Amino acid sequence: MKKELKIFDKPENVKKFLGLFYASLVVLLIVDFFVHKHAEFPWEGATDFFAVYGFISCVALIFIAKVLRLFVKRDEEYYD
Amino acid sequence: MISSIPPAAIFIGGALFVPFLRGKLKSAFMLFLPVLAFAILVNMPEGKYWIVKFLGNDLIFGRVDRLSMVFGYIFTIISFIGILFALKVEDDLQHVSALMYAGGALGITFSGDFLSLYVFWELLAISSTFLILARRTKASQGAAFRYVLVHVFGGLCLLAGIMIYIHDSGTTEFSYIGLSGIGSWLIFIGVALNAAIPPLHPWLQDAYPEATVTGAVFMSALTTKSAVYVMARTFPGTELLIWVGAFMTAMPIFYAVLENDIRRVLAYSLINQVGFMMCGIGIGTALAINGTVSHAFCHILYKALLFMSAGSVLHMTGKIRCTDLGGLYKTMPLTCLFCMIGAASISAFPLFSGFVSKSMIISAAAYGKLTVVWLILQFASAGVFHHAGIKVPFFTFFGHDSGIRTKEPPLNMLLAMGIAAFLCVAIAIFPGPLYNILPYPVDYVPYTGAHVVGQLQLLMFGALAFCLLILSGYYPAEMRAMNLDTDWFYRKGGRLFYYVASMILNGINALSDRAIARAIPVWLGRLSRTPISSLVTLYVKATGKGPAAVVAVEGERETRPEATSLAPMGAAVFLSLVFLFSLFVVFAFVA
Repeated sequence: MKKELKIFDKPENVKKFLGLFYASLVVLLIVDFFVHKHAEFPWEGATDFFAVYGFISCVALIFIAKVLRLFVKRDEEYYD
Repeated sequence: MISSIPPAAIFIGGALFVPFLRGKLKSAFMLFLPVLAFAILVNMPEGKYWIVKFLGNDLIFGRVDRLSMVFGYIFTIISFIGILFALKVEDDLQHVSALMYAGGALGITFSGDFLSLYVFWELLAISSTFLILARRTKASQGAAFRYVLVHVFGGLCLLAGIMIYIHDSGTTEFSYIGLSGIGSWLIFIGVALNAAIPPLHPWLQDAYPEATVTGAVFMSALTTKSAVYVMARTFPGTELLIWVGAFMTAMPIFYAVLENDIRRVLAYSLINQVGFMMCGIGIGTALAINGTVSHAFCHILYKALLFMSAGSVLHMTGKIRCTDLGGLYKTMPLTCLFCMIGAASISAFPLFSGFVSKSMIISAAAYGKLTVVWLILQFASAGVFHHAGIKVPFFTFFGHDSGIRTKEPPLNMLLAMGIAAFLCVAIAIFPGPLYNILPYPVDYVPYTGAHVVGQLQLLMFGALAFCLLILSGYYPAEMRAMNLDTDWFYRKGGRLFYYVASMILNGINALSDRAIARAIPVWLGRLSRTPISSLVTLYVKATGKGPAAVVAVEGERETRPEATSLAPMGAAVFLSLVFLFSLFVVFAFVA
């Protein structure tokens, strides 16, 4: 049996990974100030528009999906 | 120089030899077929050839232009990868159907007329059905049955449309139609069904997760993308497609978030990606069509890669539900890596293939000032990262440790995934060769500062939402459950129809059985044996007079039981039948 990878078994590694992830978000927010925009829509040129839109989109996605689940969820054997 | 054999014929003809070969020779032969087809493909000049006269019509098997060539290339490449992935499968049914299926897709691609298109269209449907049946489970038999019924319906719509179109226009040429008149609508519906446009989409998420491990790889590549090709040729610039496509990108992601079966999540994200292509065809500008075609090219590679990695997990562990999986990165690190490359590509991360193709479609929407469509497409881009980009790798390879300890899949499977993963990254870093083969000249730079940062923000902050929701427990829990989709209408509707038909028709049947097969002959029999008492009984029953007479008749019946015989007919009837038959023989053959 080959050696197993276990890097995410250690909580400090998960913490490091999340730290790196949050740091990259901050970098992205800052970098956007220095990027030359050529926007087709006015809001597209606004600083950090995509960050806000991406976050709101995904939160909305999850909440709408949770509501959808109330209506469409059935047992796995529903059609059997 | 034009070769004498079309690429489709290489696959279809080659498939027939597969059952007669064994061992390494068989493997080499199957891998050789796409290589040979590719060699023919690169030497095919533009134009129309391989024309066969049939019932006064020209069947064109070689209509070659820039649009058909791109699809020809990618169908051949993915067939090679798919065959390599399936090389160790010891089931000729799957090999033969997969090769026929690839031949059907190439046949559609290079058809120049609607008649040959239709023949290949049906070949595609039938051969792919066997890739579901070959799983040989009860669920797959049911899914295959529904799959083939739905595709027969779509095929008939297409056929009816083609007939009306040919009658109205007087030409069988397979080219731009546009939506006008009943014939074009029927063709549109037939093609839309194969492209999985909602509400005609549920066959896809129903059937693909039930297909065999290797069959699903071919299916993810061929059916919907050949429909994209046909749509791009017949209905470019149809405004309806813009809206249908935008809806198609958004609707499936909600389902994908809830779905438990990994391959069903991938099926929903497939519908979402084809939505981008439909939107591009609807916009119809040179940039949009280029975007659609290049996105189809990239999509085939990364979607097959995702289906291969999910298939590898299913092959090695026998499990495919989020609730059963988790922590597999420990024992399947390479599969995990390939899956993440596929996930990054479908999410359109910079330096992964989706980025250089999908952005063309979204830019085309922006140049056309399609505000709402643009917002929906961006929402869907963030959403696809959410379920295909994060959910699939996270719940399979990370998440909670399921305790499953397994191994990497066999070398041929790893190689197939490796080639697909390599192409996903290579196309993104050097998009030039792909851009050079697109239908229109490309003047598009994907890697601008604003675009890279914007896309990274969209995705990374989408990831932040995932991260915060899952840490806070708001993320919808993994659940052993299924979710209703529009297939409810024909799955439950079919049963309702069956129930109602059974009630009415079996009711009539039972009634006539009682009357004609039992009551009337019995009464006639009784009448012939005891004419007087039978008539008296009838009279008494009809008028209600003289109960004493009835009692007398009842007594008589006991003394004269009904005559029955084991022989189905009497000697006289038999003789008259023989007589009639000999008369028939005399008149038919002698007279």
